Amino acid sequence: MTKKIKNLNLNFGPQHPAAHGVLRLILELDGEVVEKADPHIGLLHRGTEKLIENKTYMQAVPYFDRLDYVAPMNQEHAFALAIEKILRINVPIRAQYIRVMFCEIGRILSHILNVTTQALDVGALTPSLWGFEERETLMTFYERASGSRLHANYFRAGGVHQDLPAGLENDIAKFCESFPKIINDLENLLTDNRIFKQRNVDIGIVSKEDALDYSFSGVMIRGSGIPWDLRKSQPYDCYNQLEFKIPVGKNGDCYDRYLCRIEEMKESISIIKQCLAKMEKGPIKTLDGKITPPSKKEIKQSMEALIHHFKLFTEGYRVPKDEIYTAVEAPKGEFGVYLISDGSSKPYKCKIRAPGFSHLQSMDYLIKGHMLADVPAVLGSLDIVFGEVDR
Amino acid sequence: MLNLFDLEKKINSELTTKINKTEIKHNQLYMEIDKEDLIDVTLFIKTNKDTKFRQLIDITVVDYPEKAQRFKVVYLFLSHEFNQRMILSYDINENEVISSLTTIFPSANWMEREVFDMYGVNFKDHPDLRRILTDYGFEGHPLRKDFPLTGHSEVRYSEDQKKVINEPVKLEQNYRNFDYESPWEGTKYIKEQTDNDKKN
Repeated sequence: MTKKIKNLNLNFGPQHPAAHGVLRLILELDGEVVEKADPHIGLLHRGTEKLIENKTYMQAVPYFDRLDYVAPMNQEHAFALAIEKILRINVPIRAQYIRVMFCEIGRILSHILNVTTQALDVGALTPSLWGFEERETLMTFYERASGSRLHANYFRAGGVHQDLPAGLENDIAKFCESFPKIINDLENLLTDNRIFKQRNVDIGIVSKEDALDYSFSGVMIRGSGIPWDLRKSQPYDCYNQLEFKIPVGKNGDCYDRYLCRIEEMKESISIIKQCLAKMEKGPIKTLDGKITPPSKKEIKQSMEALIHHFKLFTEGYRVPKDEIYTAVEAPKGEFGVYLISDGSSKPYKCKIRAPGFSHLQSMDYLIKGHMLADVPAVLGSLDIVFGEVDR
Repeated sequence: MLNLFDLEKKINSELTTKINKTEIKHNQLYMEIDKEDLIDVTLFIKTNKDTKFRQLIDITVVDYPEKAQRFKVVYLFLSHEFNQRMILSYDINENEVISSLTTIFPSANWMEREVFDMYGVNFKDHPDLRRILTDYGFEGHPLRKDFPLTGHSEVRYSEDQKKVINEPVKLEQNYRNFDYESPWEGTKYIKEQTDNDKKN
């Protein structure tokens, strides 16, 4: 007697704690083996690109915080660099160090979140409790510099909004001393943990060829053994004056990607230390009065400054007609901005290239043939944040 | 290793008839082609040993409603081996169907779905051309310049019907788009006057 077997369709999400946001994943299961995965995205789509087209360049910056909301300043960096390249303005060296330092803080923020929640997905609760305490410390640094824990709105074309408050540099230096111990603690919990390894080793393997074909970047491509990092290969701001290593994986599985993230956090700490050591007093944004708003003190005394202030906050600065693609190495991979300016004070088009979009796209390819229980592990190692996937 | 100028020369000599225009700026190669040559050019730059653009970074469209050929389709490529970026583009009409790159780059799948969703450009031979970012049952193509910023419909929970409903957008106040352009630079009649003054 033959029995007819029908595949089971399972709806994973959009409200599922292991979906890392609002992902709806339609899984076709044969027993417990996944035959096909069809991610439905866009549940967090806010029309960022359309909104940016209707805002001045300065008003568009906060939208970038809301993309990958666990590492906001890295996104702002890409946008600021794009405008700077079109306007051909130089960024003062202090501003470059501040920006790089906060980008690395963002990288640690993002990697802590990813590593610990990935552990949470496969059954370990403690790492997230320890890791989130450190994230809170880092977010107070964000708050002290920009006034807000998450949505910083701190980078400007030509520098940063304001100088660091007194004492912040010392506190960041102190953090750099204490944080490596926390990474060690996390590693003690996870790296040799039998359960963690059983859940991650040899799961979601990506070959070098496929990593290229699927447009992977960041940890996803480095985990597969391709030493590619935009901070090294196409350095922006002051990255070429800093020394750091690029950790590379071997097998391209979830476990290697976890190891890469841990190592990257250690490198980030070293970069932050170097920035603090090299940072000197000086201007923190370009002195071009047509782009940088004047200080409050100047406005009170100078008519010209008052006019500049008024023009910059109503019309905004104009950006000559041009077309550019600029990318930065965000914690999740290559985050790019394809900007078309038309000579007015608003972008004509601003396409945002989010790394998570192409990573999530490969879900079907990664999960085919794995068990249902591996779905959260693979999803966790992809490092998906829906703010940037859906835009 | 080839630098960008060598690359430009190389591509121009190998694909002479297929390239309409090349330009180097911002350390990137900008290239314009015809719609029909997309597959050939992409295959060439992906496989040739001197170019090796192995990664498709993104696909997007720029909308110019006033032009006869309304859409400019843009492809961004990256070559890890030579550390170079290239921007490939061509113009199409509103209703033209273009070839899909999914057979060459699997990652083109979602990128093309996004372009279809946002601009309504159709792709030939795409395995699964559905909307991707907008809601189920959404109408229109949001990133076209003639699509209003506030959209056409809004969603709310209806207490009467006990379900989520779609209805046309009602705004308490119209969306206001202030024009802050400097009158002494922006307004046409003054510009004409000053130009005339200069001539005289």
